Amino acid sequence: MAEKSAKPVKNPRIAMPEQDPQVRARNFLEVPTGYTNKMAQEEAARCLQCKKPACVNGCPVGVDIPGFIDLISKGDITAAIRNLWSKNALPAVCGRVCPQEIQCEGLCILGKKGEPVAIGNLERYCADWERENGTGELPPKAASTGKKVAVVGSGPSGLTVAGDLIVKGHDVTIFEAFHKAGGVLVYGIPEFRLPKAIVAQEINFLERLGCKLECNAVVGRTVSVDELFEQGFDAVYIGVGAGLPRFMNIPGENLVGILSANEYLTRANLMKAYKFPDVDTPIPIGKNVVVLGAGNVAMDAARTAMRLGAESVKIVYRRSREEMPARAAEIHHAEEEGIDMFLLTNPTKYLGNEKGRLTGMVCLQMELGEPDDSGRRRPVPIEGSEFEMDCDLCIVAVGSGANPLLTSETPDMKLNKWGYVHTDEKTGKTTKKAVWAGGDIVTGAATVILAMGAGREAANSMHDYLNLGW
Amino acid sequence: MFKIVRREEMAEGTVILNEIEAPLIAKKAKPGQFVILKADEDGERIPLTMAETDKDKGTITIIYMVVGKSTALFRDLKVGDSFQDVIGPLGKATHLEKRGKVICVGGGTGVAVLHPITRAMKEVGNEVVCIIGARTKDLLILEEQMKNASHDLRVCTDDGSYGHHGFVTDVMKEVLEEGDVKEVVAIGPVPMMKAVTNITKEYNVPTLVSLNPIMVDGTGMCGGCRVSVGGETKFACVDGPEFDGHKVDFDELMLRLNAYLEDEKKCHEEYCTIRDAQ
Ligand SMILES: Cc1cc2nc3c(=O)[nH]c(=O)nc-3n(C[C@H](O)[C@H](O)[C@H](O)COP(=O)(O)OP(=O)(O)OC[C@H]3O[C@@H](n4cnc5c(N)ncnc54)[C@H](O)[C@@H]3O)c2cc1C
Ligand SMILES: Cc1cc2nc3c(=O)[nH]c(=O)nc-3n(C[C@H](O)[C@H](O)[C@H](O)COP(=O)(O)OP(=O)(O)OC[C@H]3O[C@@H](n4cnc5c(N)ncnc54)[C@H](O)[C@@H]3O)c2cc1C
Ligand code: SF4
Ligand code: SF4
Ligand code: FES
Repeated sequence: MAEKSAKPVKNPRIAMPEQDPQVRARNFLEVPTGYTNKMAQEEAARCLQCKKPACVNGCPVGVDIPGFIDLISKGDITAAIRNLWSKNALPAVCGRVCPQEIQCEGLCILGKKGEPVAIGNLERYCADWERENGTGELPPKAASTGKKVAVVGSGPSGLTVAGDLIVKGHDVTIFEAFHKAGGVLVYGIPEFRLPKAIVAQEINFLERLGCKLECNAVVGRTVSVDELFEQGFDAVYIGVGAGLPRFMNIPGENLVGILSANEYLTRANLMKAYKFPDVDTPIPIGKNVVVLGAGNVAMDAARTAMRLGAESVKIVYRRSREEMPARAAEIHHAEEEGIDMFLLTNPTKYLGNEKGRLTGMVCLQMELGEPDDSGRRRPVPIEGSEFEMDCDLCIVAVGSGANPLLTSETPDMKLNKWGYVHTDEKTGKTTKKAVWAGGDIVTGAATVILAMGAGREAANSMHDYLNLGW
Repeated sequence: MFKIVRREEMAEGTVILNEIEAPLIAKKAKPGQFVILKADEDGERIPLTMAETDKDKGTITIIYMVVGKSTALFRDLKVGDSFQDVIGPLGKATHLEKRGKVICVGGGTGVAVLHPITRAMKEVGNEVVCIIGARTKDLLILEEQMKNASHDLRVCTDDGSYGHHGFVTDVMKEVLEEGDVKEVVAIGPVPMMKAVTNITKEYNVPTLVSLNPIMVDGTGMCGGCRVSVGGETKFACVDGPEFDGHKVDFDELMLRLNAYLEDEKKCHEEYCTIRDAQ
């Protein structure tokens, strides 16, 4: 939830302190700086400890929200974090990136009349406290079952499966195509929103538990799924995400200066190009930057461009503010940092110079018409509303699709018409024996918590299979 | 870690060969495929074609021209040193078929990329005429290997210091004139590939080229490597790197290759200054 204070509310929630917008718009440090113990106590005290907590219904993994908040109130953070872990393996991440306003906090009873409990902030507080003050003690591990599991992809979904199955006594190896583990958490979501040290620590935790990590392993190329079975793995989990970038398919899209958000953010985050030339990977620095799209990915790209020194950054989106899919907090932060929103605006072509470099784009103004299949009002162009916009860097963040690299090499695994893996909804089983899938490669681009939830269900089903059979 | 077991300098130290331990990749690699390498923690991911693979030894061989900071960093690695990351095999393998008479044309380090393809072309039963070129004699690479990989090797230098005096395209024209050529494979600098395809279009001979756009992941997730082929956008790392040369928009490729020219220059100069100071 955006921490707004337009009109005074009774029993307001405790805002998390943040870096000043003017300052943070040019640095890569985390924006909200975290609750103090006192703030956490005060915020926890706001929770009514509902008998039938609505908030829990809004959490895709059913975190025991009143339970962990009560433990904060009692000052037993060690117990609070253990309570959280029982449902959610990555609370430090979810507390920061869940779209709380449409999930847990969206249903909190306090939100009906005033401001909901800051569940995400409290979740983050517990995880950060544990990281700084905890014993780092490992959870107990069941006796070895002698079964080998391969997890393909080290995003939130794969990490959850790995963590769940290693404590159940299986021998787990994670295969990751990139040179570093973490999936979108490392290559997509920027440092100022999710410090990479947090992700690194989660991965280190899995390694200490005994998970093996094979980076630089492109499954489908370096090794195939069938070869994993030949190597002695008993079960395979596919959590390869939805990493195929979509473009607009309008004229001029291959001009220099037009990048997919995947490329832009990978350069910035995974390759740390914001430190260029101290690191070797460059990133284009735009003067006038346009970002197409209005989801979390678009906000991350726009805010990164601002931090890299752009003079102006515009979000161009063809629908209206209500339809913007990004978390409310991200939109709020972006606007505070000086990013302009060009809503109901649709680009129709890119303009370039003789060197093949982007110089601008032509856009059309839109208005909202009848609702479309998605139930949202369809944007329709206003005739004669064309206008030109100067820009030397454009980042395309209009969604992503299923990357066929692995799936096209695994022909006996059924896909749906968009190329996502078909699975049994409850268990995550694919049509290929002993293979499960979950996360964005099943649902299409979604959220961290849904990817983790799918991982947990698959892990349970895999554990049953390893004990009982298919 | 991927250890370097052999290192050679060619073409007056501007072209380097590294043989690297990478058993998984060596086992899987086919002609035409490439790897992405990263020297150290802060390094850039650099795509290079495998010039040679040895399944039994578990090694792959790369041959590269030192052009910028990253390739300069690679050059400074010694036998026994390691690349931190090597990823592959990436890209589609060359489509190999017995067609009859085939010309393989290579320029610069493109010759290294061409070598395994030429050999494979011969192995499937084609009659292979190979034409390689360089600016001057000292920059010519892999002459001996190319001779063995083909039936008929013709060498050219721009300055006439060795072999035929002139461009590979001149010699190629002569061979095309002899007739009966079923396919041309051209790998080298973009202007060379463009010139080759302009000629083979006239002769109506299908032509395969291997493209080298800027890449990041090499697995189809960034779109940085996009090229226009027959009016469609393709991702060279997964749809290629080999394409029908008659359909490739080489002018666009050339502009896109210069995207980071200024930045890269700065980075490379800084590196050279620091290194020379040490
Ligand atoms: C920029 C950005 C911002 C986002 N912000 C938010 C947010 O604020 N809140 C939120 O809830 N969600 C957010 N999301 C969405 C969320 O990150 C994803 O839904 C989630 O990460 C999906 O998890 P996953 O495990 O399915 O896949 P991913 O996180 O995509 O991980 C997949 C991993 O598999 C690897 N892989 C792919 N192919 C192969 C292969 N063939 N072999 C081996 N490994 C392979 C990839 O390299 C990657 O590491 C954001 C996404 C992006 C891109
Ligand atoms: C699939 C593929 C296979 C390749 N195989 C080989 C090979 O076998 N041997 C070899 O010598 N090179 C090969 N290349 C080219 C090689 O990747 C580049 O030379 C290298 O990335 C340059 O990095 P650098 O940091 O040293 O130079 P930079 O400082 O990045 O660039 C220096 C100069 O090289 C140009 N350049 C930058 N990136 C590329 C690129 N990807 N391709 C071509 N020029 C580029 C720049 O415009 C600049 O003029 C291949 C490229 C691809 C995509
Ligand atoms: S995991 Fe996400 S949705 Fe669930 S309680 Fe935590 S912040 Fe809310
Ligand atoms: S609905 Fe709100 S007040 Fe009630 S238990 Fe959940 S967080 Fe607390
Ligand atoms: S290099 Fe990223 S898609 Fe080809």
